Amino acid sequence: MRLGPILLSLGIMALAMPTSAQNPLVADLSEHQIQITTGFTGTDVLLFGTVESNSDVVVVVRGPEVDTTVWRRDRYAGIWVNDQRVVFESVPSFYAVRSSAELDEVASDTVRARHSMGANFLRLRPQDRSVSAADLKAFKAGLIRNKRRQGLFAPEGEGISFLGGELFRTRLFFPSNVPTGFYDIEVFMMREGRVAHAQTTPLIVSKAGLGADVFYFAHNYSAFYGLLAILLAVAAGALAAFVFRKN
Amino acid sequence: MNIYLPIAEISVNVFLLLGMGGGVGFLSGLFGVGGGFLMTPLLIFIGVAPAVAVATEANQIMAASVSGVLAHWRRGNVDFRMGGVLLLGGTLGSVFGVWLFTFLRGLGQLDLVISLCYVVLLGVVGSLMFVESSRALFRRRRQADVRRKLHQHHWMHGLPFKMRFRKSKLYISALLPILIGFIVGVLAAIMGVGGGFIMVPAMIYLLGMPTSVVVGTSLFQIIFVTGTVTFLQATQNQTVDALLALILLTGGVIGAQIGTRVGTRLRGEQLRVLLALLVLGVCGKLLFDLVATPGDLFIIADSVGGH
Repeated sequence: MRLGPILLSLGIMALAMPTSAQNPLVADLSEHQIQITTGFTGTDVLLFGTVESNSDVVVVVRGPEVDTTVWRRDRYAGIWVNDQRVVFESVPSFYAVRSSAELDEVASDTVRARHSMGANFLRLRPQDRSVSAADLKAFKAGLIRNKRRQGLFAPEGEGISFLGGELFRTRLFFPSNVPTGFYDIEVFMMREGRVAHAQTTPLIVSKAGLGADVFYFAHNYSAFYGLLAILLAVAAGALAAFVFRKN
Repeated sequence: MNIYLPIAEISVNVFLLLGMGGGVGFLSGLFGVGGGFLMTPLLIFIGVAPAVAVATEANQIMAASVSGVLAHWRRGNVDFRMGGVLLLGGTLGSVFGVWLFTFLRGLGQLDLVISLCYVVLLGVVGSLMFVESSRALFRRRRQADVRRKLHQHHWMHGLPFKMRFRKSKLYISALLPILIGFIVGVLAAIMGVGGGFIMVPAMIYLLGMPTSVVVGTSLFQIIFVTGTVTFLQATQNQTVDALLALILLTGGVIGAQIGTRVGTRLRGEQLRVLLALLVLGVCGKLLFDLVATPGDLFIIADSVGGH
């Protein structure tokens, strides 16, 4: 880990503290880019910064938004079948929330809803507005449960630690199945249940190296990719037959 | 050591993949089966999306069949004319199969259909194999060989479009091999299997081809059908993971060589019983997953490849 520069910047920030009155909230990430290489198994990103003393911090991480289909299974002739579906619009493909104290104590429900603090406060709208309220509730809960199981909605917890009264840090984990795209990381400085200051930091998750090239090729030149896959198979098969010919 | 598969979009241990390729390759060398019907469910069990597992397996089977057909070709065991007719049906079948695949995926019922096809086919093949091999095991000594008639006339000999297949010593309607090829093409597209385990019995018992040319000819046909499926899946669904196919293949080629050598030294009946049990085991696991009450009644539709 590149701890040196982080400590250095933390140190500089600590030194700059007395003059930072016009900037009550400063936060940054240890990295602004996550590269999914062939050996990628997930990674940690350190978020750190300073706030005015006696305030709380909430961090909300949201991945690129996509329409997400949730199925409810039902039993037909003894077999579980995808039966009913609800398509939710613009669901964050990745979501995490962290706070320096219990979210309930830090923010009121209105504030949590406005700033999507907590998976249950996410605005999840179905494409088809005619879904009944009871169904919608069940499907929403199902969506969140599934996302948590996939590790794409991170476990919610406090997890932000203070060093002294003003320096804070938290470690954000991105699993190996993290979706690619642009992430918004919002840092909120909370005072008396309200957002006193906010800052947004971008994070880019992208594929890199051979895997990225393969993916790009497969999606943008799919006919060539198909032909190449065929040639590869023929070559590999012929090579195998040649190598083991004597037998 | 983990590797991130670019199309499947998951991180898997390389040695697990090599081991799976080697293990299934070993079995295919030992029993002369393609192995697709074991590999696709295994890939699904380790978390590869069924759509990707099926398309990638088609790619891998193609390579395995190329290496297999060359040996048969050298011995003159390929009936190219029959292969060509089967292929005509196979190409039509795979085009239809990939279309069906895309259609079912749009409906959200693809995984179910793949599982159901597997349960039925593995169940039937496994049971037949189990009965046949355990019978052979117990009555090895007193084999009452009932000789079949050389020529039997069925309804199928009245079908039009008759063709002469010199190598297979047959004069039959082209419609039947086209139909067999078609069915195998559909199975290749939906299940990611070569279809040898359906085609070989069909060629022997339905068409009446001599056993010596059956395997070579079916491999010849499988190459082109899996090639067509690979291309169509790559262009329509972007679900062919060439990296995954290559890793499985590496393990598979080595495993198959070992399997072939071991196979020549062992008596087959006990092993065939084991293979039958393995096939039934995979079938049972798939069936269990279909029938058992899921831990969560809600599920997110697979987004891999579906943009």
